[in-house]
Amino acid sequence: MTLPTTPPTASTAPEETSDLDTRDMMLNIGPAHPAMHGIVRIVATLEGETVKDTDVEIGYLHRGFEKMSEIVDYNGVIPYTDRLNYVSPLINNQGYCMAIEKLLGIEVPERCHYIRVIVSEISRIGDHLTCVGAGAMELGAFTVFLYMIKAREHLWELIEKVTGARLTVTYCRVGGVKADLPEGFAELCSEAFVETRKVLAESHTLLTRNRIFIDRMSGVGVISAEDAIAYGITGPFLRGSGVEYDVRKDCPYAVYDRLPFDVPVGTQGDNMDRYLVRMEEMEQSMRIVEAALSELPGGPVLTNPETGRPIPAAEMVDLAKMGDISPLSGGCAVVGPTLEGSGGSHYSSIAADHRQVLLPAKEDAYGNIEGLMRQFKLVMLGHGIKAPKGEVYFPVEGANGELGFYIVSDGAGSPYRVRVRPPCFAIMSALSKLLEGDMMADIVPTFGSVNMIGGELDR
Amino acid sequence: MTSDTLIAAVTERFPDGVTASHSYRGDATLVLKRESLLEVAAFIKDDPALQMNMLVDLSAVDYSAFGKSPVPAFFASSGVTLGPSLQIPDKDPWPGPPDAAARFAVVYHFYSISHKHRLRLVVPTPVVSGHGDSATAGEVDTLSELWPAANWLEREVWDMYGIRFRGHPDLRRILMYEEFEGHPLRKDYPVKRRQPLIGPLN
Repeated sequence: MTLPTTPPTASTAPEETSDLDTRDMMLNIGPAHPAMHGIVRIVATLEGETVKDTDVEIGYLHRGFEKMSEIVDYNGVIPYTDRLNYVSPLINNQGYCMAIEKLLGIEVPERCHYIRVIVSEISRIGDHLTCVGAGAMELGAFTVFLYMIKAREHLWELIEKVTGARLTVTYCRVGGVKADLPEGFAELCSEAFVETRKVLAESHTLLTRNRIFIDRMSGVGVISAEDAIAYGITGPFLRGSGVEYDVRKDCPYAVYDRLPFDVPVGTQGDNMDRYLVRMEEMEQSMRIVEAALSELPGGPVLTNPETGRPIPAAEMVDLAKMGDISPLSGGCAVVGPTLEGSGGSHYSSIAADHRQVLLPAKEDAYGNIEGLMRQFKLVMLGHGIKAPKGEVYFPVEGANGELGFYIVSDGAGSPYRVRVRPPCFAIMSALSKLLEGDMMADIVPTFGSVNMIGGELDR
Repeated sequence: MTSDTLIAAVTERFPDGVTASHSYRGDATLVLKRESLLEVAAFIKDDPALQMNMLVDLSAVDYSAFGKSPVPAFFASSGVTLGPSLQIPDKDPWPGPPDAAARFAVVYHFYSISHKHRLRLVVPTPVVSGHGDSATAGEVDTLSELWPAANWLEREVWDMYGIRFRGHPDLRRILMYEEFEGHPLRKDYPVKRRQPLIGPLN
């Protein structure tokens, strides 16, 4: 055996590699993948580890929300809206109900607006906690995820106290809300916020100055302000790129124009900025809730003017039998303690005074014949709400951005067309652009910062 | 800009392109001729007084069943007609569907981040051939060159209504699969229709 006389020189090696025949590799991620928040498929074309191009396929969770809305009555759509963005269903409830109220031309009482704002902001915190927590978990920070879910649990308990449900709340009604805030809600709320603030402080300690986290998030998934606007991106994602657009500030609805809050904006438009914007927005949401609770208007309390307390049902019947109906006008009876909201002494101030559109309270529907008849008339198809002919568009600030409802009515008992403007649809349409040129491993944090919610994306 | 001045600004510039306008419930709305969509869109995007830099939403409405909802049985036999629940007057009443002769209407919602005003454009689109659920709708110009946001939104309108967009770079279905038959949000698509790939019940 003879040794080669000339050893291979280092200078030839680079030439050889440049002559190598390279091929793009196709990488399929999803539809069901542990790092995908919902069911979505990303087909990435890779050159080495660099993402050259991606094709994003959506539609796996399409349930025909818009088609179903056309065959039920106006109140019947509200449960479907819970399932749009199922992490913050109360904002969807509010958006839909306010769109219908705009179409009908009715105003709800101030207390109702305040209650809607309070529950919406609590939902928004829950949504951001989920997004940041899941995003951090995918980068290996499992502890943060657990902490954040713990905080969300405190908030969901609040939601459960108010609405009776954790996820599919169906709390708002056209012209009002289902029930008043429970007794001692402000104290419960401040307790939950103490816990949430603790978790946020812990998460800041764990993430914001964490070297691994910064390396994965900073400078990744960058989008300029112009591009973000051109793609129709709204919400924390747009604000991460430095555009100060928030529907609550720029087109104020409900009572946001009189509540104090700041709109945080980023500078780089990368994942880190979006993370910081979301963290700050949670703090701002808590500020809104605290301010709203402190100035929550009382409104007329339905009590017996002589005794100064709510009228028990038996006493009401006795009074009516005696022909003494003057203390009963406009009052409501306190019936069985097992019925939800029966302690709701504020009922008249949480709902508009429009009996033609507003579903009666549960205690009325179950407790007296007038309430039962009113409920029956409203839920029978063709007897319920009949909106005037027209079209309206109403935007609210969802957790992911502008959530708009475009409603067309032809005067019948069902909406003629219900179009939802889902905030994460626009962000997902820009995902190819966001991922292009980044590394393969960057798909995970960038996609996490989109906060894709299949329910609202695919409807 | 208020909705009235918005409408006036566009109508003055395109007296032939704008066929109708209203601001029902305060939403500034312009009904356009199909062929003038692109120039109006380019104008409202770049005009310094309008600066509609964000295409917020793009959808469509099928007006073929408008006002033809079946009357519940009781009312059909009694002859009683029900009006709207509430008779709240609006200073600017809704003039009705944009074009009686056009079955579809493509609806655009714009927002200006700098001026904080909104504008709705409605483009009526007639059926050019066929009828029923095999009807072919007339093509509308794509806005994806002006706003990349239109790309996916137009795919969704094609998917749901079967309206084609002239010049769209990639007009595929988006929420449904390629083998899906029909366009589900058309009014003549039955709610309970089964698709061939899904198969019959049992």
